[in-house]
Amino acid sequence: MTTHILAIDDSRTIRSLLTMALEGAGFAVTTAVDGVDGVNKFREKHADLVITDVNMPNKDGFGVIEDIRSSDTNRGVPVLVLTTESGAALKERARKAGATGWIVKPFDDESLISVIRRLTGA
Amino acid sequence: MTQDSSILNAFFEECEDLIVALTEGLEAMREGHADDETVNAVFRAVHSIKGAAGAFALDELVGFAHKFETVLDEVRSHRLETDDGLLRTLQRAGDILADLVDDARAQTPANRNAVDPVLAELQALLGPETAQEEEEFVFEAMTLDFGPLDDAEGGYRVTFKPSAEFYATGNDPVLILKALSELGEVKTQLDTSALPDSFDAFDWSAGYLVWTVDIPGLGTDLAIRDVFQFMDDLCDLKVEPLTEESVPELLEPDPVPVTAQPVAPVDEPQEQAAVPAPKPADRTVKKPATTLRVDPERVDRLINAVGELIINQSVISQRLQEADLPNSSDLFSDLDDYKLLAREIQEGVMAIRAQPVKPLFQRMLRIAREAADATDKDVELVTEGESTEVDKTVVERLADPLTHMIRNAIDHGIETPDQRQAAGKPRQGTLRLSASQRSGSIVIEIADNGAGLNRPRIRDIAVERGLIPSDAVLSDPEIDQLLFAPGFSTAKEVTNLSGRGVGMDVVKTAITALGGRVAIATIPGEGTTFSITLPLTLAVMDGMIITVCGQTMVVPISSILETIRPTESDLSMLGLKSQLLHIRGDYVPIIDLGERLGHPASDKPMADRVLLLLQTESVSQCALAVDDIFDQRQVVVKSMQGSYGEIVGVSGATILGDGKIALIIDPDAIAHSGAMPQHIHTSPQGDRIHATA
Repeated sequence: MTTHILAIDDSRTIRSLLTMALEGAGFAVTTAVDGVDGVNKFREKHADLVITDVNMPNKDGFGVIEDIRSSDTNRGVPVLVLTTESGAALKERARKAGATGWIVKPFDDESLISVIRRLTGA
Repeated sequence: MTQDSSILNAFFEECEDLIVALTEGLEAMREGHADDETVNAVFRAVHSIKGAAGAFALDELVGFAHKFETVLDEVRSHRLETDDGLLRTLQRAGDILADLVDDARAQTPANRNAVDPVLAELQALLGPETAQEEEEFVFEAMTLDFGPLDDAEGGYRVTFKPSAEFYATGNDPVLILKALSELGEVKTQLDTSALPDSFDAFDWSAGYLVWTVDIPGLGTDLAIRDVFQFMDDLCDLKVEPLTEESVPELLEPDPVPVTAQPVAPVDEPQEQAAVPAPKPADRTVKKPATTLRVDPERVDRLINAVGELIINQSVISQRLQEADLPNSSDLFSDLDDYKLLAREIQEGVMAIRAQPVKPLFQRMLRIAREAADATDKDVELVTEGESTEVDKTVVERLADPLTHMIRNAIDHGIETPDQRQAAGKPRQGTLRLSASQRSGSIVIEIADNGAGLNRPRIRDIAVERGLIPSDAVLSDPEIDQLLFAPGFSTAKEVTNLSGRGVGMDVVKTAITALGGRVAIATIPGEGTTFSITLPLTLAVMDGMIITVCGQTMVVPISSILETIRPTESDLSMLGLKSQLLHIRGDYVPIIDLGERLGHPASDKPMADRVLLLLQTESVSQCALAVDDIFDQRQVVVKSMQGSYGEIVGVSGATILGDGKIALIIDPDAIAHSGAMPQHIHTSPQGDRIHATA
């Protein structure tokens, strides 16, 4: 079964790059343009893994993760934070919200894909 | 990340939008009505540019955006006071960021002379102590501390005990075991001794299980680190070389096959877990607009096809008329439907190309700011009607004329603060840039509240430049029009702003090329307003089909106020040849179109002809005498430049339903020009002029 990934980022460019890299690796990709859109799409379609930006309008990445984790059934869905920052404080916040891991932009296609494969067992 | 030119283009397009959002937000901050969300939006715009620019290794852009973003982060967390100085720095930084985007797009190196001072200003705001966090943009695989990086001949033993958090953050031990098993031949054991004896004591969120995985064949622990990326703090983890002692029989408790399910989520009330309550439904959440990005060429192709469709429609109507069908024929109503549809398609296609003038106006804010700085003037630029939509080509081609006019208005129109004060005006001048749609046209106004045009000086300069004889008698509007004469420039010395030998004639040429007009209204001491009137679309216009001296021509509907079939009592003579139209208590000069185009004066009495009451820019009203009028219809405008050069009084040509060419009259030029030197006519068949699209 195709692994389905939800990519949430307010930057069109990053969305394109993610889609290209992930679809190229054989994943099915849904994109969302901000936090609220992301949570809605997650509820509608579910996903095997979520990649989310942090700084976004309407709802930030932490909010997205908290929303996803607020349901028991989604506890096991890996969520990767895609961020330009790599500070310890940010990681701690992300972890607290329930993030599985973080990828620093600009991301490297191969590392991203290998991380996703590992986290989804794909 | 993968480099791809179409994605790079998408990035630059996105940057355009982000720069607009940024400029807008900064403007709102400067005007003092910025809430936290505005500041956040500004931050995000810069942040997004930085994030995406990194993907394309646009280092200068990333570096600057990073510094800018850091300052904005301080601002949004209220650690920096937003005073005037700060806001000015932010605006300058916004300008530089826009420049850097442009540079990156054009693949030209950044202008360090412009960038560095602003970079220094930003750094100054941050103070020296934050200068050290630099390595931020490096992809950082988690470094896990497993102790010394020995190569172990005999492989490794991994012992890990996931914590509660491990399970709460989307991790799955099965996947870890699977990943480890891919590293080689593995031997796995599960220690379940920590599981409580009774089910009631079972806390589903706690981590009870400990796995031990031996990977005898593995040479280094690097791959193991990879597997546990992100998880260093989520489990008790031990990675050690396998030794002789550890290889034999392992820990006692019942070995469990790898495939065993780990702690399956148990349905149980979850109050004990640190789960945040779901937030109440989000407040004012904008539904993200879905847009479609289309190659402009495709739209242009569509527009051309629509033009052909309209011509085709008039051909069909012509044929139908010639076929002498009974009026009751269904074909006529079918044709009406066809026309309606064609118009709808045309409007739809035009709407695709329409763009709000907002980004253009945003750019002008910056132009105004720079011009004010360069001339030491205090100018506020007010924009109105930013959502007015104009054809994309028009928006693009308006940038230069507008830039020039705004610089002019600030350089020549608005006085210095001291002069203004002396004249009893507020020290700060105002420049108003507005756009609006009026009956089929777009009107863009640039209004300053400066000193107004200095007509005696304009006249002197025109005489000096040999543009007019020194004894010429000119009306005020005629003097104003001198500004647009080629070779006219009022700058005493060439200032680096509006000088450069480029005059307003270039502005006028650019506007005319768009089928538009420029008008000036000035009140001494109170200011000057330039009005640019542009057609809504460039390709198709509504025209009145007329004949004069046996030729069929088109007059744009937009300039016709009304059509009049005059009676003798409406007419009066002025001198021997000129006639006036008496309308609603006013006298309006009558211009004979045929004569203006160089034909011999018609002997047809005026009362048998038709007058078109025109509204033009240079002459307030006039009546254009033509022989007859036919119907109004849409015509496709074809430019004649290239084939015929510029002919005063004629703005273009079109193809009529019968396949003949008809010239399109420029009412403004006709009303304004004196006797026409050229004799313009189409060949008797009227179909051999080469009009170019």
